[in-house]
Amino acid sequence: MAEKVHITGAGIISSIGLNYNEVLASLHASAGGIGKMTLLDSIYRDVIPVAEVKATNEELKSIAGTGAWGVFSRTSLLGIIAAREAVARAGIEDISEFSTGLISATTVGGMDRTERFFRHYLKDKNHGRLRDVITHDMGDSTEKIAEACGITDYVTTISTACSSSANAILLGSRLIENGILDRVLVGGVDSITLFTINGFNSLMILDKNGCKPFDEERNGLTLGEGAGFLVLESERALNKKGKRVPGTVTGYGNSCDAFHQTASSPEGDGAFLSMQKAIIKAGIAPESISYINAHGTGTKNNDLTEGKAIERIFGNSVPPCSSTKAFTGHTLGAAGGIEAVFSIMSIEEQCLWPNLNFNKKMNELGFTPVTELRKNIKVMNVLSNSFGFGGNNTSLIFSKF
Amino acid sequence: MEAFINGMSAISPQNTFAEETLLHDVKEYCDVRSLRCLEPQYSGFIDPMVSRRMSRIIKMGVCSALKCIRDSGIKEPDAIITGTGMGCVEDTGKFLASIYENEEKLLNPTPFIQSTHNTVAASIALILKCHGYNNTYGHRGFSFESALLDAMMLLKEEQAENILVGALDELTPDLFAITDRLGFWKKETINNLHLNDYKSRGTIAGEGTAFFSLSRLKSEKSFATINSVKTFLKPVSLQNLENSLKESGEPDLVILGINGNTAGDEVYNEIRRGILKGVPAAWYKHLCGEYDTSTAFALAMAAGIIREQRVPEIMKLDNVPVAGIRRVLIFNHLRNVNHSAIMVSSC
Repeated sequence: MAEKVHITGAGIISSIGLNYNEVLASLHASAGGIGKMTLLDSIYRDVIPVAEVKATNEELKSIAGTGAWGVFSRTSLLGIIAAREAVARAGIEDISEFSTGLISATTVGGMDRTERFFRHYLKDKNHGRLRDVITHDMGDSTEKIAEACGITDYVTTISTACSSSANAILLGSRLIENGILDRVLVGGVDSITLFTINGFNSLMILDKNGCKPFDEERNGLTLGEGAGFLVLESERALNKKGKRVPGTVTGYGNSCDAFHQTASSPEGDGAFLSMQKAIIKAGIAPESISYINAHGTGTKNNDLTEGKAIERIFGNSVPPCSSTKAFTGHTLGAAGGIEAVFSIMSIEEQCLWPNLNFNKKMNELGFTPVTELRKNIKVMNVLSNSFGFGGNNTSLIFSKF
Repeated sequence: MEAFINGMSAISPQNTFAEETLLHDVKEYCDVRSLRCLEPQYSGFIDPMVSRRMSRIIKMGVCSALKCIRDSGIKEPDAIITGTGMGCVEDTGKFLASIYENEEKLLNPTPFIQSTHNTVAASIALILKCHGYNNTYGHRGFSFESALLDAMMLLKEEQAENILVGALDELTPDLFAITDRLGFWKKETINNLHLNDYKSRGTIAGEGTAFFSLSRLKSEKSFATINSVKTFLKPVSLQNLENSLKESGEPDLVILGINGNTAGDEVYNEIRRGILKGVPAAWYKHLCGEYDTSTAFALAMAAGIIREQRVPEIMKLDNVPVAGIRRVLIFNHLRNVNHSAIMVSSC
């Protein structure tokens, strides 16, 4: 019998709040975080809305309390803040008491600083400050978070585009189940960069009016930034403390759509497989899913194929479903972590979060998303989807303990 | 946990892709500061219509993966897992440059699409139509080790029978120029086969891809076993590291990540004087150069050594006789931050 995976803490920072309580308050108030671009120097500043974390790097530095011990990308600051909050909320005082790991995820790592370097470097290969480029790789933010939290036993980074942090949660769960670690901090982080703004803009999938997931007139995604982390613990670690457990990870499934580098297969084969695997792993019937926190980016392609895959799994009885990306934007490598925290909040609060900006039902789908905050709902199992470039699809199931 | 190796393929600065026997024809590079891969003819492996859109690292990664699958005799793996320290650097740099050069207007999305770290794992899945588990690690000197550990866990969990695991890192002119400014590389040009004779700071840059076909059960194709994979982030002391290495048992041969950088090589020297005293030692970075996933090249060497029961002369660090090579330990560190140990044995 595999070890049960207990979730004992959650930490988050996003456009709708700098910590768990602020984010929760925004969810309850249906207050989304999409707005005008203020932090980046882009020609699209007034044209393309984004979901920025409402703090400058200096402000983040002071929240993170990093002092002067190194060079930080925005990504690592966001990661440190959310990761530390998860550890604190789990009531962990001595991190070295049990074998503890950190699995973080990111898609562009320290690109925010690399961009500062590169514009000078392009003009002259001897230009550009080196301190702006040493944080470029994916491992940098992870090692900064590990250092901030005092984690050394097992540290790694996953980078599978937009499903990255869902895969971090999946891996962390398996490390606990296999008895390799007793405790693991899992999640992901990304910051908004010129690289990703221009990347998605070149694909013409950024909605100039802010994303409208699952709406017939949706016109693309909105980029966001932030971080979301969970503390997972084994029975052994738990017994020592007898602490509060907001939820458990009961199911996970990873599959590859193997259809196209960026587009999903017409019937959402990869999405169907990852959801099916997660439900089988959880050992529950599909009707036991109380709420689906969909990937729901707001692109034509994703919402159609994800919706179809959901209908293939649930038939005519699709559980309440929403995408929270109209709150936070699409936070790429952080999305799975942020939405895992939303799933835990849903279980803790017994609430369903609304799919903001929804007006018109999609012609191809039989269901419509939850559009208003729903309270006093019996939330037992939440299915969370994260799908990425390359057809990397991952589904997770979080359950009430 | 263990995994049987049934096939492998590596593209490197050596002739690893084409050679039947390990390091049969050693490539010597004179007056160099970096080593680049000897690229094969891709057309026998990838449809030219498909490969013309691929960057160099995607071609090298996909090609070595497909050859590995072919050699192992399996039709399709149940899972594909890759590790890459720096990802698709060429496409990342290309897209980044285009943002500034074109002032954010009318950009070609292809390099952006192909810039993500999972591009190679996804491309392999696409070609093989493999819907199974697919994951990619990108963490400096732990990238390949993390992929291996994931694979070994999947096999133990019986979630897969056959897994394709690989590593890939490319060296581009920009990556070399920037890391050179960071002081990673020796300032003088050298002869790669004598890397260890240049006692100075830095090493030589390298690159490579290597894929392995791993199985849960031993088959007639199996020629080596991976017994354990360990990673250590900034070990607090050499003692801690040694204690952990001791748990894996004594090897018949150790392959070390010695790279000619005087400061970093001291770690290996101390271990050779300590717990590995008397153990025959070999090295590999003079053959492939330094890069985040060089341990995948080392694993190909270790598995080849076990298969052929022979240590190529060019890899030997001493004259300690080696007989009956059952267990080979690979020990490496990347810039004294990411240390790893992989134990491989005969099966």
